[in-house]
Amino acid sequence: MTSRLRLMFRSTAVRLSALYILLFAICAAFLVVYVTAMSERILAQQTRENLVQEIGDIQRAYDRGGLNGMLRIMERRARQPGANLYVVAGPTGEILAGNVASLQPGVLDEQGWTRFPFSYRPFSESGPEREHMAIANVVFMENGLRVMIGRDLGEPGRFRGIVRRALMVALTIMGIGALFIWFGIGRNALKRIDRMSGASQKIMAGDLSQRLPVGRSGDEFDRLSESLNAMLGRIERLNEGLRQVSDNIAHDLKTPLTRLRNKAADALDEEDAGQRRAALEGIIAESDQLIRTFNALLMISRVEAGSIAAEISEVDLSAITADSCELYEPVAEEAGLRLETSIAPGLRVKGNRELIGQAMFNLLDNAIKYSAGSAGEPLVHVVLIADATGIRLSVCDNGPGVPEEKREEVVKRFVRLDASRSKPGTGLGLSLVEAVMELHGGALRLSATNQENAQAPGLTATMVFPPLTS
Amino acid sequence: METSTRHAPADESGGAKGPADAIVPHMKILVIEDDLEAAAYMTKAFREAGIVADHASDGESGLFMGSENSYDVMVVDRMLPRRDGIAVISELRKRGINTPVLILSALGQVDDRVAGLRAGGDDYLPKPYAFSELLARVEVLGRRKGAPEQDMVYRVGDLELDRLSHEVRRAGREILLQPREFRLLEYLMKNAGQVVTRTMLLEHVWDYHFDPQTNVIDVHVSRLRSKIEKDFDKPLLKTIRGAGYMIKDEG
Repeated sequence: MTSRLRLMFRSTAVRLSALYILLFAICAAFLVVYVTAMSERILAQQTRENLVQEIGDIQRAYDRGGLNGMLRIMERRARQPGANLYVVAGPTGEILAGNVASLQPGVLDEQGWTRFPFSYRPFSESGPEREHMAIANVVFMENGLRVMIGRDLGEPGRFRGIVRRALMVALTIMGIGALFIWFGIGRNALKRIDRMSGASQKIMAGDLSQRLPVGRSGDEFDRLSESLNAMLGRIERLNEGLRQVSDNIAHDLKTPLTRLRNKAADALDEEDAGQRRAALEGIIAESDQLIRTFNALLMISRVEAGSIAAEISEVDLSAITADSCELYEPVAEEAGLRLETSIAPGLRVKGNRELIGQAMFNLLDNAIKYSAGSAGEPLVHVVLIADATGIRLSVCDNGPGVPEEKREEVVKRFVRLDASRSKPGTGLGLSLVEAVMELHGGALRLSATNQENAQAPGLTATMVFPPLTS
Repeated sequence: METSTRHAPADESGGAKGPADAIVPHMKILVIEDDLEAAAYMTKAFREAGIVADHASDGESGLFMGSENSYDVMVVDRMLPRRDGIAVISELRKRGINTPVLILSALGQVDDRVAGLRAGGDDYLPKPYAFSELLARVEVLGRRKGAPEQDMVYRVGDLELDRLSHEVRRAGREILLQPREFRLLEYLMKNAGQVVTRTMLLEHVWDYHFDPQTNVIDVHVSRLRSKIEKDFDKPLLKTIRGAGYMIKDEG
């Protein structure tokens, strides 16, 4: 139970409500003090006004009926229940008439309002009572008499007590209610969070098909659960994709590894030193190919993760294109192809020269590799142009091309249309080009160079760069 | 396969000639590498290539040994315990040690290379690499002290390359080269007698820093070769199987 309580105090909802209750208590205390002080002030004000009126009445009675008239009206009023205090005193302060038995000394020494509440004993037939507190106004008359009219403060005090008690009761009830609500909310929140963390535990344990519970209320907990569930769905799909890719990778790496193993076994059996050497060299070549594949895979991952983005600057795409064509021109010639270029000068893009260069090398390599010896015109055409929509760098060949329905497929890792894999390559070239283009905010588009030519439609690979915005 | 760049260290191809007739007889290098297995393989392979290789397994001891300034080349792994490879290089440079440094890194190529060279590294090789590639680069770096940097004319046998007038002659006869072919030959002749890998050629002639993966470089080299060797008896430009190329006067 204590650990549960401690857990509860760790919950945000409970902490928040505890804070609210504290604030509420402070406000309530302030309210009690303020309301009582205000009501006291209003009462004192009313008392004073009442006394001023009395003084006026008595003044008028004195003016009309002289001393006797004044005493008469005072006596009549003094008999009424809850009456004010009336005192008529001699010039030295001795009480001559009134409903007060004794006064705190000095009260009658000054004219006007008494500065502080003073104590007095009311006159009563059953003998002197205990002391009461009062305020009063003292008037010195021409004949030397002093008249005091005052008001007992017992009533305002009682009123203050009533107000305070009522407030306290109301606030206590509210406080207890808040505590109950707090406890309820805390427990409810805790329960739901327990359910959510239970589901998360299962997900963490590897069951990605688990989902967080969603209630019917559509409150913030449900909304949170819903968005977490959407996230889980996405993770599950990505995970599935990743699993497929790694399956492909495992499958595509198994073949060369098996070949490697077989060659090693052959080399082991080889008697002739020269033959063994050749077999070993074959093994090294095979390993090199594997290392290249891994390097290319790593490169693609890094480009896709965008971790290479640090070195992006404005580069001369025309120069990069011209350089790569110059580099590949003899390769094309050796393969019996012409490499022609139409390069618009001075086109600049934001990018990484190394990556664009490597992407370009891959496209040229593909174009030369696949159109060598094909039925089409022995020509690879490189075109770099710019228009309003962007900058397009195309490598067009007249090879066998890629059927329209396969174009999305060939960009994927390890996908090669050439089922026999007779041409060298890792099956990663276009994947890298696409990753590079994505990093540059562009795209790789594949199309046919010459749709009409059924024998050799050719492939046009176009790198589309966004226009350079200054 | 012709384009293979990896070869067994003891194999006579490439720069690895066996201790008896090592290309660089008295080169002494320091390998700072925390992977002990890789370090053991490296030091053994370097020894077989005639290079004395000391080994430090962390950044602190590497810095301590490197500060002696008695090495011709240092091979520094990028990620090291106790002191990062980049930090070791900057500290060495601060102490006025200008020994050429080659950085090995398992991190990617483009951005990491720039960081390494900025810190004072002289060359950069991403892992995994072929040992022949590492050896060729270390030998070129080690030779750099005596490299004919100021020589205006490079000579190999009867082949002459004038860096100022961009003229190439063999046995007094002028050979016409394309600008890129000239730079290719210039780089090969600058490192005459040393193996130059395809990656090194792509780096220095075309300024791209990745493994060309295909035979593009070979095509350019064979074009160059036909220009400088056609009509002449003696071959100068050799293909070193499993490693790269070397220009050398066998005479």
